[in-house]
Amino acid sequence: MSKIPNEITGKVYVLGDNVDTDQIIPAEYLTFNPAIPEEYKQFGKYALSSVPPAQSGLPKGNIPFHTDDEFVSPYTFIVAGKNFGCGSSREHAPVALDAAGIKVVIAEFYARIFFRNSVNGGYLVPFECSERLCDKVCTGDELKLDVLNCKLHNLTTKEIYPLNPLGEIAPILNAGGIFAYAKQVGMLKS
Amino acid sequence: MPAMTLTEKILAKHAKTDFVEPGQNIWIDVDILMTHDVCGPGTIGVFKKHFGKAAKVWDPKKIVIIPDHYIFTADKMANRNVDVLREFSKEQNLPYYYDVGTESYKGVCHIALPEEGHTRPGEVLLGTDSHTCTAGAFGEFATGIGNTDAGFVMGTGNLWLKVPPTMRFIFEGTLPPYLMAKDLILAVIGDIGCDGATYKAMEFDGPGVFALNMEERMTLCNMVIEAGGKNGVIAPDKVTLDFIDSKNKHKVPYTPVYTDPGAKFIYEKVYDISKLQPVVAKPHSPDNKAFVSEVKGTKLDRAYIGSCTGGKMTDFRAAAKIMHGHTVKIDTFVVPATTEVARGLKSEKMHGKTLEQIFLDAGAKMGEASCAACLGGPSDTFGRLNQAIRCISTTNRNFPGRMGHKEAEVFLASPLTVAASAITGMITDPREYLA
Repeated sequence: MSKIPNEITGKVYVLGDNVDTDQIIPAEYLTFNPAIPEEYKQFGKYALSSVPPAQSGLPKGNIPFHTDDEFVSPYTFIVAGKNFGCGSSREHAPVALDAAGIKVVIAEFYARIFFRNSVNGGYLVPFECSERLCDKVCTGDELKLDVLNCKLHNLTTKEIYPLNPLGEIAPILNAGGIFAYAKQVGMLKS
Repeated sequence: MPAMTLTEKILAKHAKTDFVEPGQNIWIDVDILMTHDVCGPGTIGVFKKHFGKAAKVWDPKKIVIIPDHYIFTADKMANRNVDVLREFSKEQNLPYYYDVGTESYKGVCHIALPEEGHTRPGEVLLGTDSHTCTAGAFGEFATGIGNTDAGFVMGTGNLWLKVPPTMRFIFEGTLPPYLMAKDLILAVIGDIGCDGATYKAMEFDGPGVFALNMEERMTLCNMVIEAGGKNGVIAPDKVTLDFIDSKNKHKVPYTPVYTDPGAKFIYEKVYDISKLQPVVAKPHSPDNKAFVSEVKGTKLDRAYIGSCTGGKMTDFRAAAKIMHGHTVKIDTFVVPATTEVARGLKSEKMHGKTLEQIFLDAGAKMGEASCAACLGGPSDTFGRLNQAIRCISTTNRNFPGRMGHKEAEVFLASPLTVAASAITGMITDPREYLA
């Protein structure tokens, strides 16, 4: 039973390089406990709240991810540059993006703890693209992701970009995270 | 058997196999799992969700819980999180819970771990904090993980990991008195970039490393995450083993591990550390390197000395050496990493005064042992940047918003450079204050 849908469509929010976990979810909000559903929602409200305005919603910038009192953003995708999610080990970072409605991030590459947390927690699908999509895609563009063929269609510009295959993380994401995966491979009793 | 690096050998041993190579995914046995007040409640939530409300942790003696992030705050949610740790530790009979408000309270986890004998050569230490890599200084594999991974380890004692390739940094020469390990690691991060070691191990080698004391070696390994490193590691020598044996009150046996001759490194760089100058990382990234000589005179509003990176005895000795007999010109916050360091500041003397007295006489403000303003935290956190001001700090990260206000500017520097800059109110070369 695949946990990743074969096709995902929605609007994209574009960010630059080295968006670190303090920008994704500032430390003052880490007092919420993501294990409590009511508090999990709160992370959506503060997601990306420390990204400098000029870097928020590229290429123009100064596009807020969502308004101050909203818990969910209008975006499904984030496209970013290099080293997305660098900095702290806080799992609150992929949690915040998930709570805000983000299903897929496409970056040139990720910092490793954010990448692990996204996959093992099953919060979102971290795709990589060899092309620098953050210079090619605009905030607000409508995207369609063909997951099986790793192809990203920009429905606004009609361009198509190949994404790198998910490789070894695909079975973990398809299982729904590390617990389900460990049961499948016999590392954890069902 | 093909030659392996120190990191590969530790991982092979913990995967119960003779050989691993970079890129391989393996399941490993974990020796110690550490968590704290920011990620502990989430980890406990994951553990209970997947193993059941009545589940027991895999081994109570291998779980260390150290509240340290949001301690001296009136924030009710932050205090609630410490309550969650306390209740869980009681329920699970965890012997190594260092509770707030008691004699056993420690402060910053990465400094508390070795002080309390939880770090040992050859072991695997996983912690829910990116600076868990600090413990690589003891010749072990130490890295940060998230709540889900930690919840998994809590129930099983295992985790899958990808074996990282190893980069080697060789420090030749003698460290001049105006430089510290902080300058070395800021230079390395500046050279390779804040993604230069992503998914890689960083091994530090050479006479310049083995001349450093344990605390300075910890500073080197502490900041490998700022280059994206999975772990930092230094081979154990007599300095390491003497330190470990003096702290190993639980008498846990351990086996030091060393890189094989002929092991493959995917990158190697040699530094002549005798020729380096004091370094800072300018806002807003730890790899935004400049020599102090290039930015000296930059006006500052605040100085901060503390954290796992720059809040150890060696850091305060360096700062006190500069500050003695001077008055600070800007708000200066001094925060010992742990209660043991705080006691050291009250007892250790320089020029007939305790280090704490030197800081107080200079006009600095003393805080209580914790992470404090290194990562901002609740608005009443000691030293937090609540306005868009410019701060020079001995901490580890300066991304936008890291120490509080998202328009604040943070320069990262050594305790020597921060202390000299506190006296003048602008970025200052410590050589001006070292006779």
